[in-house]
Amino acid sequence: MIRFILRRLLQVIPVFLGTTLLVYYMVFALPGDPIAALFGDRQPPQAVIDTLRSQYHLDQPFWVQYGLFLKNLFTFNLGNDFTGQPIAASLARVFPVTAMLAVEALAIQAIFGVAFGVFAGLRRGGWFDSTVLVASLVVIAVPTFVLGFVFQLVFGVKLGWAKPTVGANADWVTLLLPAVVLGLVSFAYVLRLTRASVSENMNADYVRTATAKGLSRPRVVLAHILRNSLIPVVTYLGANLGGLMGGAIVTEGIFNVPGVGNKLYQAVLRSEGPTIVSIVSVLVLVFVVANLLVDLLYAWLDPRIRYDQ
Amino acid sequence: MRDKEMTTPDVRIDEAGTTGIRPLLEIRDLAITFKTGGGEVKAVRDAHLTIMPGETVAIVGESGSGKSTTALAAIGLLPNNGKVSGGQILLDGEDIAHASEQRMIELRGNTIGMVPQDPMSNLNPVWKIGYQVRETLRANGRPSGPDDIAKVLSQAGLPDAKRRANQYPHEFSGGMRQRALIAIGLSCQPRLLIADEPTSALDVTVQRQILDHLETMTNELGTSVLLITHDLGLAAERADKVVVMYQGRVVEAGPSLELLRNPQHPYTKRLVESAPSLASRRIQVAKEQGVETTDLLAPAAETAKSDTFLQIQDLRKVYKLRQGLGKAADFAAVDGVSFDVRRGTTTAIVGESGSGKSTVAKMVLQLEKPTDGRILFDGVDTSALKPAELFKFRRRVQPIFQDPYGSLDPMYNIYRTIEEPLRVHKIGDQASREKKVRTLLDQVALPQSAMQRYPNELSGGQRQRVAIARALALDPEVIICDEAVSALDVLVQAQVLNLLADLQANLGLTYLFITHDLAVVRQIADHVCVMEKGRLVETGSTDDVFESPQQDYTKALLNAIPGAKLMLPPEVA
Amino acid sequence: MTSNKNHFVAPIDETPLQATDAVKTDQAPLSLWADAWRKLRRRPLFIISALLILALVVIALFPGLFTSTPPNEGCELANSEGGPTAGHPFGFTFQGCDVYSRVIHGTQASLSVGLLSVLCVLVIGVTLGALAGYYGGWIDAVLARLGDIFFALPLVLGALVITQLPLFRENKSVWTVVFVISLLAWPQMARITRGAVIEVRNSDFVTAARALGVSKFGALIRHVLPNALAPIIVLATLELGVFIVAEATLSFLGIGLPQSIMSWGNDIAGAQASIRTRPEIMLYPAAALSITVLSFIMLGDAVRDALDPKSRQR
Repeated sequence: MIRFILRRLLQVIPVFLGTTLLVYYMVFALPGDPIAALFGDRQPPQAVIDTLRSQYHLDQPFWVQYGLFLKNLFTFNLGNDFTGQPIAASLARVFPVTAMLAVEALAIQAIFGVAFGVFAGLRRGGWFDSTVLVASLVVIAVPTFVLGFVFQLVFGVKLGWAKPTVGANADWVTLLLPAVVLGLVSFAYVLRLTRASVSENMNADYVRTATAKGLSRPRVVLAHILRNSLIPVVTYLGANLGGLMGGAIVTEGIFNVPGVGNKLYQAVLRSEGPTIVSIVSVLVLVFVVANLLVDLLYAWLDPRIRYDQ
Repeated sequence: MRDKEMTTPDVRIDEAGTTGIRPLLEIRDLAITFKTGGGEVKAVRDAHLTIMPGETVAIVGESGSGKSTTALAAIGLLPNNGKVSGGQILLDGEDIAHASEQRMIELRGNTIGMVPQDPMSNLNPVWKIGYQVRETLRANGRPSGPDDIAKVLSQAGLPDAKRRANQYPHEFSGGMRQRALIAIGLSCQPRLLIADEPTSALDVTVQRQILDHLETMTNELGTSVLLITHDLGLAAERADKVVVMYQGRVVEAGPSLELLRNPQHPYTKRLVESAPSLASRRIQVAKEQGVETTDLLAPAAETAKSDTFLQIQDLRKVYKLRQGLGKAADFAAVDGVSFDVRRGTTTAIVGESGSGKSTVAKMVLQLEKPTDGRILFDGVDTSALKPAELFKFRRRVQPIFQDPYGSLDPMYNIYRTIEEPLRVHKIGDQASREKKVRTLLDQVALPQSAMQRYPNELSGGQRQRVAIARALALDPEVIICDEAVSALDVLVQAQVLNLLADLQANLGLTYLFITHDLAVVRQIADHVCVMEKGRLVETGSTDDVFESPQQDYTKALLNAIPGAKLMLPPEVA
Repeated sequence: MTSNKNHFVAPIDETPLQATDAVKTDQAPLSLWADAWRKLRRRPLFIISALLILALVVIALFPGLFTSTPPNEGCELANSEGGPTAGHPFGFTFQGCDVYSRVIHGTQASLSVGLLSVLCVLVIGVTLGALAGYYGGWIDAVLARLGDIFFALPLVLGALVITQLPLFRENKSVWTVVFVISLLAWPQMARITRGAVIEVRNSDFVTAARALGVSKFGALIRHVLPNALAPIIVLATLELGVFIVAEATLSFLGIGLPQSIMSWGNDIAGAQASIRTRPEIMLYPAAALSITVLSFIMLGDAVRDALDPKSRQR
């Protein structure tokens, strides 16, 4: 197990370096004056240009620039955005909000997705299964941003069940509506994956053997069918964290949630290259770490993995 | 109720003094139907059998005969689309054919236990062995402490049971997993044990140990056993009574030896004739066909005539096994193997899994490079072949593989499959190729109508014939059969072996026959090489090896052939 | 009949020893594709989605058949957020443009981005995945790491960065969107292909083909790839839907298609201004988008079921 963790850790390093290098290279090292490019057709004040030049060490060779960028990234010295605010500080402010949103969305999709999927999978072909399957198709087909506006309009404006926009003071309750929107698409995928996994495992030999041992039905379902079906679902949930972040950009924009996604969206609207690169790099780091954790969870769930050469 | 029972013909009251003993399990006129896409299919019809307390009864049949379905019905584990549509399953007088799920849960484990077929897929990979034993004990209200678990496991012959209980299934070998499954099946001391092909996935020597152990345990506990198997020899050796099933019906049933020596039903007769473990001689095809027989019957003359066609000299194959973090260990899959194959004869390489026999076949086929040693084909060292020469070599040496499902490309119809070698080697034009394909189909006794079919539409035996036809398309001189009949049912296996023998007699083919099944070797081979863990243990003519094996390992292998020691009266043999 | 009363023999006429070797001749031969097609034809899910997709393709190719209002014309601010009138069944946008006409003309952009992206992803992903899976070794290792890098970059995030490049900011078009999507989405296709190829690679029929004299690369093309195609096709159909959503999302965020190209994403973004007063302005392009995606996802579902090897007879 320890060797497994070490190997995974070693594999994570090139991925992180490669991804940040890619992002950094695209924004700062392609032909043309990167600073001028960052501002598009606007003319930034000379002071800003100078700050950026030294901040990104543009007078240095590329590898040095990238190395310094990495050093800054790990010391959370991310520089200032165009309004002069330190990026690190504003990230620290918005990050917990997005984390809350993501956790809530993750919980919604995991709990409801698995529960619905198990019931549908156990009674494959039944009315519940058919209904849920059609519903999941519809949910998958409606893009998150459409869903966001519809929910905002129906539950926020028309029915008044929730605040249509979150605003500055985000808490678990006000975040519920955006979290539902954010989690819904993946909820459908989790449901379908669980369903497929459950109905496949139901016919597994070891499940028949477990029944033959004289175990009660609930015990067979919980300890054998469900336990084994969770393995691919957990992997999906972990891999989906990145998608959740992509969705958060849209969702936070629609519901005006003061989170990382919103910050990033604003930066995009204002074409603030440095802010974008910093935020994306931090996020990539988060995904890579999250994926590592999921891998460890996966190895814990499936003992065969740990011994795979 | 009781009166009716006494009058049914199946109740045995004749065995002296046992009058009044009720059968533990009695199946009467059982019918089982499956709902499929194409309507209802009757999988079992009018099946009947009786198991007395402490008795072992075997159901024998090929795949699809309904033997497993019948057994699963007795423990209430039919697949969801199957149901008992008629008849009774009486367990100690109680009809459980339509018992409630609750009642079945009560019975399973402590009254009816099961040992399933495939040890690889029947243990849940995510739970430790000990946990899987404990939940069985618990569910049946038995003490389930660590000592109890260890006791159950060690009784099934698992050494070091305390430590083993803390391991996962993938850390166990196949034989150990099967022991764990037997431990689970017998842990609650059921009165009836259903053993569904309990050892067919294991090597013969392991198979024998496990069956011996199972027998000892069930004898001690007085457990009745319903043994499901495809192997008539094994059934006869292990069971008091044998029930033969064919296409969902019981065609014959009776005391084992009686049935074996005096089969009445034509199907049973064919089964007894074909069972490789019971047959004792090489298939004498040439004689039947009226060909000059001295080739096969007089080994001395044969040796003088045939030249050495294939020479394997000190062959070695070493694989690097990764042990994580850059470390690697050498593993010799084949280690110093030498033998000769003579033209027009059959040489068998026998060994259990991991013996390196298939690696030898791959190296002879030039699909793997030897680490060391030489393979001389018709006097030429094959390792020095240039690409063009290798291409020619391929025309002369062709393989037939084990799995008739896997060895044919599912995307190619039968015509394209057999034609492919001709096309690859640019032999003939469209018309002459089609003619050749038709001739080949005739040779392997497949109807011409099979040409436009796809592999999934054919039976296992038919597919294997297609594979043989493809191998013959280039008029090769040597055919390497890698477990070519192992996946086939007994009767089909006999047909294919006969076909291979016919082809050899007619075309003068040389066979290198890779198999784990010594019984098959006896039927087809002239010479035998026995391999164990990459090394050649014993070589010799088939008769010599079978009649006076020199090595302990060979003896163990021979001993392990089920039913080998059951002497048959001369009129059957 | 029995030599012993313990010895049961079934009456022989009841259990004839049938010729098990008969070859079916009553049906047409069933190749994998013929079999899948036969199954597909009977599935309502497939029929509905196929008809929808057919309709969408016709609309995309010949928008003029469905609306007489040319794109981006006849927009009058006087009509801003106007209700349905004769010839303008869906009413008008905030800018006073005809909603119906915009929805019809938006089809082309969505479908072409989806199709072109899937094509690119197929070419890149299948080639690299097949090579990695089939040859293994260092090719596999390099591609795996390369794939991991792109995998760690979620589509929307990656697109945000790439579109900051001046090259992209100044030349927004269908092609830039296709490029961005393909660049970020190929690893998944490569992974699926690699897995499928590895599964087939060691089949006996591949070994048999090699032993016949088929070259290593020949075996990949003739035997391995055709048999690895099923999961690739399923993923491609599903990704069509995913990419159409991606295009709409990027356009919605203002980093996808330029305003000059009619697309549902742009329409939805534009309709935000009217969300409180006239939500149906957003509803129409949103519905068109959802129906399109639904069609492709249903198609993918149906194809997956039809190609499922488990449902095939053995």
